[in-house]
Amino acid sequence: MTSAARLRYRRVVNGAMFGATGACTVAIAGVLLFILFYLFVNGARRIDLAFFTELPTPVGEPGGGMANAIVGSAKILALATVIGVPVGFLGGVYLAEYGSRGFAFAVRYTTDLLNGVPSIVIGIFAYTLIVLKAKHFSTLAGGVALGIMMIPIAVRSTEEFLRAVPSGLREGALALGTPKWRMLATVVVPAAKDGIITGIMLNLARVAGETAPLLFTSFSNRFWSPGLDQPTASLPVMIYTYAVSPYDDWHRQAWAAGFVLLLFILLINLGARVILRRRVAGGGRS
Amino acid sequence: MRTTIPALLLPALLLRAMAALVVWAPAVLPAQIQLTGAGATFPYPMYSKWFDEYHKRHPDVQINYQSIGSGGGIRQVTEGTVDFGATDGPMTDAQLADFRSKRGTAILHFPTVLGAVVPVYNVPGVATGVRFTGDALAGIFLGTITKWSDVAIARANPGVRLPATDIVVVHRSDGSGTTYVWTDYLSKVSPAWQQRVGKNTSVNWPVGLGGSGNPGVAGLVKQTEGAIGYVELIYAVQNRIAYGAVRNAAGEFVNADLASVSAAAAGAAATMPDDFRVSITNAPGRASYPISSFTWLLVPATIPDRAKHKALVDFLKWMLADGQGMVEALAYAKLPAPVIAREAKAIAGVK
Amino acid sequence: MSGAPAGPPPRDARASRGGARAFAQRLVSGDEAARLVVTVASGAILLVTALLVFELWTNSGLSREKFGLRFLVTQTWDPNAGVFGALPFAYGTVVTSFLSLLIAVPVGVGAAIFLSEMAPPKLSDALTFCIELLAAVPSVIYGLLGVFVMMPLIKAHLAPGLRAALGWTPLFQGPFYGVSFLAAGIVLAVMILPFIVSVSRQVLLAVPPEQREGALALGATKWETTWRVVVPYARRGITGSVFLALARALGETMAVTMVVGNAPQIKASLLAPGYSIAAVIANEFTEATSDLYVHALIELGLVLFALTIVINGVARLLVLSTSRHAGSPA
Repeated sequence: MTSAARLRYRRVVNGAMFGATGACTVAIAGVLLFILFYLFVNGARRIDLAFFTELPTPVGEPGGGMANAIVGSAKILALATVIGVPVGFLGGVYLAEYGSRGFAFAVRYTTDLLNGVPSIVIGIFAYTLIVLKAKHFSTLAGGVALGIMMIPIAVRSTEEFLRAVPSGLREGALALGTPKWRMLATVVVPAAKDGIITGIMLNLARVAGETAPLLFTSFSNRFWSPGLDQPTASLPVMIYTYAVSPYDDWHRQAWAAGFVLLLFILLINLGARVILRRRVAGGGRS
Repeated sequence: MRTTIPALLLPALLLRAMAALVVWAPAVLPAQIQLTGAGATFPYPMYSKWFDEYHKRHPDVQINYQSIGSGGGIRQVTEGTVDFGATDGPMTDAQLADFRSKRGTAILHFPTVLGAVVPVYNVPGVATGVRFTGDALAGIFLGTITKWSDVAIARANPGVRLPATDIVVVHRSDGSGTTYVWTDYLSKVSPAWQQRVGKNTSVNWPVGLGGSGNPGVAGLVKQTEGAIGYVELIYAVQNRIAYGAVRNAAGEFVNADLASVSAAAAGAAATMPDDFRVSITNAPGRASYPISSFTWLLVPATIPDRAKHKALVDFLKWMLADGQGMVEALAYAKLPAPVIAREAKAIAGVK
Repeated sequence: MSGAPAGPPPRDARASRGGARAFAQRLVSGDEAARLVVTVASGAILLVTALLVFELWTNSGLSREKFGLRFLVTQTWDPNAGVFGALPFAYGTVVTSFLSLLIAVPVGVGAAIFLSEMAPPKLSDALTFCIELLAAVPSVIYGLLGVFVMMPLIKAHLAPGLRAALGWTPLFQGPFYGVSFLAAGIVLAVMILPFIVSVSRQVLLAVPPEQREGALALGATKWETTWRVVVPYARRGITGSVFLALARALGETMAVTMVVGNAPQIKASLLAPGYSIAAVIANEFTEATSDLYVHALIELGLVLFALTIVINGVARLLVLSTSRHAGSPA
């Protein structure tokens, strides 16, 4: 091939491959839009103020909403984050910055294993650990189950993004005489924070939609559930219960709840990023 | 770190604050008696209505019932994590003994409503009106009858043109009381089924695809030509799915509806044992629908907490009186009068 | 790991110091405290997993005693007769997860490349944000969409095409009812895409610009730069995202059970219905009537655990060997 022809070929490949990757992106975005659209079309009719403020009503009665499920999900997710994220984050820091050969390998491998455990098995675990001993279902048990599920992803993503920080940054700080922990806290972690936050948001999104582990831990509740030691309603469980029922109205409520759950996660996502952007004084890579 | 820790914890704190704020408001309530129950999915719509109505009349009593499955109900009430259970299939003697050894008291069964399981189908060219005998159903689900035009099915459907399409069997993949009732019926009408498969909430199906839940089965049947499956009557009615008539023990082909289901229960009422654990599939009587079933509440014979005891007993009494008046609106069948009378007496057994 | 030229005393010097007082003094110096905290956190993770395995082990005792190792090779699952075996479920888990990776990794990494290299930053952020939202869709909804939307589509368009093109292989033979390994693989692929796209994109963005500039300066096209310089540099992170995705695929329950057909059988054809470990546990656990039944289900959980160990181990070996050949930069 002449060099001109070869250049043309390379340019064509360039265009084709980027076209292909663009097509992949469009396909995925398309799927998401379709899901949102489907949820909205099927559930929007049921989304009114009552949905957010009222308790569920029996089938056949108008009105009613999922106020207790929304609050319940919020409590469980908050609990899960408080349990799962710090442990996962610190574990990731250990693996990326302090790891000693044998122990680090064990921790990394174990984390991957924990990640692969089906959510229902983790639910059963939390059930035997907390519910059976306390002799009742509780929000706490649900939070613990989801928290355990959050740990592996937090570890993995923290470790990956800490590792991606160039060693130049580390060495610079250390050369200035900074103790290691300070170097991590003020230089490395902030440099990786985008990725770490992404990981946490992804994590939260994933556990927010989990149903199986909640069935035996937080159970569900027709009424309000004050505190942490009572069974509580949650959006995924309500979605499941309503979706497999015979009634059209409940089906629509299930779709509506799915839509609301997605909105909820979106808001948390947006909120975290907005806070992040505000705290980064001045410019720099956003 | 200064930016990261707040950024990490802030969402969590926000959520917690939100939750606390919203919860704090309605948490200022009078002293509540809270009962928790778990079990069968089939009567869930009825129970949710009942407990709601009861709460309206007795605002200090909150009964929280969730459907996690009959087996789940039995297990949770045996472990003591819930105050009462609910099941579509009565507890076995082994389970009764297990309860006694774990909880130190007996467990009592109280029938609440009646329901039925119907065969749904998708036969090309035949929209409604297919009739099934017990033998035909057993043969289909055993895999010995493989085409719709088979003589075993055609014999019961004179004048209906059944195509030679392959039969695609659809069953429930998740354990369920519905499966228990269906396999209980098949075990009674087919010794081959009884021997090869038996009855349970989950069985080793000889053939077929598994649909998850009623929507799974209904969805598969609707989408697959030549399919046959089974769902609860309420589900078929609410979702307008065609279902077939089944031949009962008296030889009549009966469609499932409130009247035929009640007839089945009435037929069994005379010979019902004292603990109410009875199967009414293939019940005698010309108008009986053969695949009917009671569903039960499981109540411990001794309830130490006096407030809970009173609440449960009062509820049971209400359920047998006012409660029964609400069931037909939701497409469940009422308990026959003799059964109600016997239950009212049995309530005294809850101490 | 970069060394620490200045700062606290190196590790081996610790041996020469002794006593609780010296330890407390070192704690105050910050670094030891930090090390202690992160080590304790890591230890907690090990502890939780060990506890989990312990619980699984003790709660599957009846089944392990009755069947022993035969459990792994028995094909029957008969709750009534009390005979349980893990083989069809293990097979289904492996097939569906593998299929989902086969679909999701090229598409996901492709999209990540596009989002990090080609798309303008604002568009890239917005699109990624949306894709991450996909992770929040509850499993049950994926299942329902799979049944009502995806399966009819596959039946009408994809399956006939596959059968026409590849029907001569044993992979695409036999009757097709919609519910199948194929349907489950596709649904799983959609569910694990957000992890691959999101994490891969972040890792690709973190590749230093000098790497790109160097290649471009040498006359490479953008694609060549991306494929031959940037992606290999980010390979470790991308592999990490694939592990994350694989883990979710192995453990997914609700969506899979609605589209896989729930038939405990081993068939070569992807068009046949099948089952998976997570799906059968989710389906039958709430209704399991006897203790042996419950224990058998929990033993299945143990089997999945073991499967994960094996698959992870094999995958790690593969990654290690390829990076040794390629000479990994990081």
